[in-house]
Amino acid sequence: MKHTISVTVEDRPGALTRITTMFARRGFNIDSLAVGPTERPGVSCITLRVDCAQHTLEQIEKQIHKLVNVLRVTELVPGDAVERELMVIKVSAEPERRAELVSTAEAFSGRVLDLGPDAVVFELVGTPEELDSFHELCRPHGVRELVRTGRIGMSRASSKRPRSPRLAAIN
Amino acid sequence: MSSARIRGADAILRSLEAEGVPVMFGIPGGAIMPTYDAMAHGTTVRHVLARHEQGAGHMAQGYARASGEVGVAIATSGPGATNLVTPIADAWMDSTPLVCITGQVRSTLIGTDAFQECDITGITMPIVKHSWLVQDAREIPAVMKAAFHIARSGRCGPVLVDVPRDVQEAELEFAYPDQVDLPGWKPPTKVHPLQIREAARVMAGAEKPVLYVGGGTINADACGELLALAEAGRMPVITTLMGKGAFPETHGLHFGWPGMHGPKWSNLAMNSCDVLVAVGSRFDDRVTGKLAAFAPGATVVHLDVDAAEISKLRSADVPVVGPLKKALRELAREVGRLREEGAPAPEGWLQKIAEWREEFPLRYGSTPGVIKPQLVTEQLQSLTAGEDVVVTTGVGQHQMWAMQYLLSERPRSFISSGGLGTMGYGIPAAIGAKAARPEATVVCVDGDGCFQMTCQELATAVLEDLPIVVVLVNNEHLGMVTQWQDMFFGGRRSHVHLTRAVPDYARLAEAYGAVGITVREEDELQPALEEALGLGRTVVVDVHVDPTEQCFPMIPAGAAAVDMIEWEETEGVEAAS
Repeated sequence: MKHTISVTVEDRPGALTRITTMFARRGFNIDSLAVGPTERPGVSCITLRVDCAQHTLEQIEKQIHKLVNVLRVTELVPGDAVERELMVIKVSAEPERRAELVSTAEAFSGRVLDLGPDAVVFELVGTPEELDSFHELCRPHGVRELVRTGRIGMSRASSKRPRSPRLAAIN
Repeated sequence: MSSARIRGADAILRSLEAEGVPVMFGIPGGAIMPTYDAMAHGTTVRHVLARHEQGAGHMAQGYARASGEVGVAIATSGPGATNLVTPIADAWMDSTPLVCITGQVRSTLIGTDAFQECDITGITMPIVKHSWLVQDAREIPAVMKAAFHIARSGRCGPVLVDVPRDVQEAELEFAYPDQVDLPGWKPPTKVHPLQIREAARVMAGAEKPVLYVGGGTINADACGELLALAEAGRMPVITTLMGKGAFPETHGLHFGWPGMHGPKWSNLAMNSCDVLVAVGSRFDDRVTGKLAAFAPGATVVHLDVDAAEISKLRSADVPVVGPLKKALRELAREVGRLREEGAPAPEGWLQKIAEWREEFPLRYGSTPGVIKPQLVTEQLQSLTAGEDVVVTTGVGQHQMWAMQYLLSERPRSFISSGGLGTMGYGIPAAIGAKAARPEATVVCVDGDGCFQMTCQELATAVLEDLPIVVVLVNNEHLGMVTQWQDMFFGGRRSHVHLTRAVPDYARLAEAYGAVGITVREEDELQPALEEALGLGRTVVVDVHVDPTEQCFPMIPAGAAAVDMIEWEETEGVEAAS
């Protein structure tokens, strides 16, 4: 089962390394990871995507929370959170097939970042699932390069979901 | 505190003084020289010069575990720092509060592969609670304050402060902070009253409860509260290797030690109980054996200050997160109240475990002309019973015989490497314990394999006037490995023979300025131990024991407690050698 964990940390040297080291040493796998600043100076947010059982998820949350630089650990629960990801993809496109590709990208609210004689670079922002779909549609054309930021997210503006007792115990 | 302009090196010492640290253990070297120079200018902190940084680290651990205070080890960069890795890992596994201070190459040289440069904060990251590479001398007071605070709060453990040489030399306005600024470090300070009530209800209602007590109880200074709880509920107590001493082992409610080499009666109790109350213990594989088969019928109540231990291995039915001192105090009151209201004490169950103890006692044989190793720890017990003695051990068979035959009456009187199983821990840990408890007799029960890993610290014991009694259970082998080879590897002995001839341990002891006594005959044993315990000097008693003796009972690794192998008179151990 896949889970998204949002971790706020003090922006100190090694804060990210401590988290990834803990994952490596305890044998937890990370599907994706995104790091960036938040609304608070000196505080960063790390969004982790993990594929694990519920029991392991609890262990991961507790072990992350023990790290001294970690301020808060929350699980972004589907339905109660919004999640987005950015993808930049370079697709082979002979001039005669460009229009088709560009209109497909437009359907995904994608944008052309660069055009070459035989390729197009698109930028797409969406849910990771939308990005997956667009990637699939590009495949027959030939995907030359692809990078994704890894997902980021937060709880919905309307979220009234109480924090789970599990997390209340550690946060 | 008024501020004064001093160097970073002085700030390190002023911080240690402000923390009330009486003693640190270390070895100087290039990158830490400014701090050693500051020591030469004067400090109230005693420095014990070890002979190897690993020794310094284990001394700091022994000091910490004998005193309950934070241990401090100090070393230079590169190899000095890497030699501290084993003690740091050991302190991590056994939750020992430790502050390690290492020198680092100059800031301008970091990352250039400079002489004696190594990324010690990187190397130790998985085995410290936290670490700092101090980049500005002005950070030193706050970092030191945080280091001590983190090492001893919540679940205890090691921290590392790495200080580049130029940072030690730079000046700062020194003022030691009163408070820490650690927004992300908030170990629990309270216990949820509903969880206490539920735990008490389950415990008081149990027909066959067991208190499974680990080292967390000693770290939490909660042994008095544990005694109150056990007595209020009339519940049997089983202490792990790390928890040994948390409960007086001559008390009527103490029923031994669990796990791989625990007595059969203890493991029968652990595995047939209906309520298992884990108190500062963590379901280590050496305790549980095959986890799926461990205590199959038990409702688990788990008390721990570290939330991550709850349900890590065995799912807890009643989790109680918080400081054990508070939790046990409240549980004792609540369970006592329930008993007064009529919840019956499990007298039949206590009777049953006592019967098992009668039926399946620890046993060993006798061979004419040979000293059995168990006799060494047994005699040591009878000679030290009631005395103020602190025992340390190495790791292996002798450690298990020490656990089985030495009865600890007080917390912090049995100090052994549990989680990491660090051979060589015993001698330096004993020296550290002696620094913490100069009035106590400190005995290191060691094996000949372990002895040779850290025996250079005998020089430290002698020259620093920290006398220890080393009782060497010399079976001329890496005994536990030999036992495994004999039992599980078809008797193929592979590189386990050490010989008794080299070195001559008594002469080696004398070369270090200690007293050396060799015991070859059984009737020499007791007088030799008596002499050693009364000398007040560092002494090594080299006892030549039966090299074929195996440690029983034994639950093979990964097996269930029901598959315990017991000592049998006809087991043919002799043939296996």
